[in-house]
Amino acid sequence: MTDQEKKIGKQVVLPLSKAVEISVKSIKTRLGRSMITASGIVLAIAFLMSIFMSASINKALLEKGSLEIKVQLQNIGEEEQVKQIWLVVLSLLVCVVGIANAMLMSVTERYKEIGTMKCLGALDKFIIKLFLLESGFMGLFGSIAGALLGGLMMTIVSSINYGLEVFTKFPIAGFLYYFVVAVILGTVLAVIGAIYPAYTAAKMVPADAMRSEI
Amino acid sequence: MAEENVVRTRNVKKVFIMGNVSLEALKGINLEIKRGEYISIMGPSGSGKSTLFNMIGGLDKPTDGKIYIDEVDVAQLDAYELAWLRCRKIGYIFQSFNLIPVMTALENITLPMTFAGMSTDDAIDKGVRLLTMVGLGDRIQHKPVELSGGQQQRVAVARALANDPAIILADEPTGNLDLKTGKEIIDLLRKMNKEQGVTIISATHDLKMLDVSDRVFWIRDGKVERVERRADLDLNIGTVEGE
Repeated sequence: MTDQEKKIGKQVVLPLSKAVEISVKSIKTRLGRSMITASGIVLAIAFLMSIFMSASINKALLEKGSLEIKVQLQNIGEEEQVKQIWLVVLSLLVCVVGIANAMLMSVTERYKEIGTMKCLGALDKFIIKLFLLESGFMGLFGSIAGALLGGLMMTIVSSINYGLEVFTKFPIAGFLYYFVVAVILGTVLAVIGAIYPAYTAAKMVPADAMRSEI
Repeated sequence: MAEENVVRTRNVKKVFIMGNVSLEALKGINLEIKRGEYISIMGPSGSGKSTLFNMIGGLDKPTDGKIYIDEVDVAQLDAYELAWLRCRKIGYIFQSFNLIPVMTALENITLPMTFAGMSTDDAIDKGVRLLTMVGLGDRIQHKPVELSGGQQQRVAVARALANDPAIILADEPTGNLDLKTGKEIIDLLRKMNKEQGVTIISATHDLKMLDVSDRVFWIRDGKVERVERRADLDLNIGTVEGE
């Protein structure tokens, strides 16, 4: 039985390249909707990135900056930073819930489409693959935009507070490091948010999907 | 070859449980469908027609009894094998067309071929050929919303033929179409049936469908009320239309 199962499993396939193509197309076709979903990630990651960058810029200025700025920086308490970390964690959680919600709606909306795919021979895992990829891409693009936005905003805010010295002492390595961290985190969170909706979609019985009239 | 059963059901029953009430939708259906036949399943709504149809298509499992497709018991199949059956053996046509809205006509047709493991180039070649065959050779890059109902249903017919299935299951294929377009789809199905030798099973209300069917199963109250051959039918159509 297992041998036969393997053989048949191989005969019904969805290559990754095709899955990527379908999910990207799906995002593009519903661009407005996708952007609203992704905007949650953009904002949360922008917030995260601004906190990262603020810490990174402050550190660079403390090490290499003028005495005047060092004094100014020392007034920022530890307490403030702890509070900010809490806020970031909360905003990321809200973002995951937001994604889960948006993807669940998208599953309901595409009930028929999923059922049709199943009638054409799609396995449960194809549906899961498509939904996770779609959410992953929104997470990727959203967090790239968010990380750039957050980094830019914090650089501007710091330069207003501490003067143009920020640009000469700009921590490029720190920026790149935090950029990568933020993008990976954003993408992973978007995928996590889509797990439950994707599972719901995959478990759907095609006959039920066909019965639902729009 | 001609006498081979492509679908066979043995005492199929289906009970739906709704809260405390159980509803017996099918009360023991026995039928045999030969390869290459054009079958219509007729019956009023609520007769169990759609339930039977879903069972034959492997979309739902019977509560009791057996369904054989190509002499394979559907109940014995696991998820992989069912997916394979739906992909390779059965082509579906629905009342509301059910094309995937984000894909073009061609992409809709190549999707089942991709599932079946065909290479993209081969799938595109075959997709174009199928679309040309159903008369939409000039519309391959159109999205479903850019096509009329009749054209969408033609795409659906082409999609159903994508993996050279043994059976095409059509659930009210003309239900959302006007008379003339409906007639065109029926003619197209009949043509595919004759030229490709594909077995066509269609659940329908449409009396136009009777004209081309080899046999008609009349379903009432979850049972096969009677089976008629086309030769016996002409007379009946006359009376129906004369009413």
